[in-house]
Amino acid sequence: MAQHTAGHGGHGDGHGHEQESHGSLKSYVAGFVLSLILTAIPLFVVLNEWLEGTAAHVVLLGSAVLQFIVQLVFFMHLREEKKPRYNLMVLLLGIAILVTIVGGSIWIMTYNKVG
Amino acid sequence: MANGNAHAHTHDDGHHDLESLRLMGFWIFLITDCILFGTLFATYIVLHGNTAGGPTPAELFKMPGVIAETFILLTSSFTSGLALLSMNQGNRRGLIGWLAVTILLGASFITLEVTEFIDMVHEGATIGTSAFLSGFFTLVGTHGLHVSLGLVWMTALIIQLARHGITPVTRRKANVIGLYWHFLDVVWIFVFTIVYLMGVM
Repeated sequence: MAQHTAGHGGHGDGHGHEQESHGSLKSYVAGFVLSLILTAIPLFVVLNEWLEGTAAHVVLLGSAVLQFIVQLVFFMHLREEKKPRYNLMVLLLGIAILVTIVGGSIWIMTYNKVG
Repeated sequence: MANGNAHAHTHDDGHHDLESLRLMGFWIFLITDCILFGTLFATYIVLHGNTAGGPTPAELFKMPGVIAETFILLTSSFTSGLALLSMNQGNRRGLIGWLAVTILLGASFITLEVTEFIDMVHEGATIGTSAFLSGFFTLVGTHGLHVSLGLVWMTALIIQLARHGITPVTRRKANVIGLYWHFLDVVWIFVFTIVYLMGVM
């Protein structure tokens, strides 16, 4: 892989080093390609009816969660955060609340069949 | 952040800390926005079987348009990243150019989505037809509103960049919009998976 600054002559000098890196072209391209693959997999599974029932749900949700992680790491640079990692902590708290709301709603309403 | 030596910092350092604090404040907003979408997803998932004699997800959704929307938004997330990359290289023209490409892609996404909504309403599938459609239009419409707001916001940033160039303030604003845009793509991944793919499965 070529260095991302190579094609831009003098632009990169003196700017990139004075603060922490926010990713490179390589990491953005890697994130984009992985996202494309993780979008194509569930698409083919559904349109070609390769899987059904629980297996299909697992593949679909698994691809979505993986793509979420790919974008957090390659696009949003979550791993480059300096300690203490407040962003990660807030994210984990948010996910805990999210899972409680969504999982709790589904669980309650599944056993709430009227009639 | 909570630094005992805060007095020793120069003015520049304090300014930089303030901008990074603002970036983190925006991150906290994004997480709360995530919870908002979580409640809308929970509502949709609970109600999506209640079609009240109206169309079902499998009858209503036209996948070609939705697949196009998905890849357009994913590409725009990538180009907004390229914009930040240009910014970190001090390349203002590259930054503005990639932001403009991102706006064009975002506008195409919104156009496709609005066309899809209008088609559905013409087929008699309105927000009041069934609980499934109320949940659908609220969830997908809220995401679409976020994208539309992002387009206006990005246009405003381009004007500021053209006037003031890349300063600590515009740099922070560009970083904030980048995060917002990636976040909207992440939400769309789950809309695409849970609403559309599982709907037609």
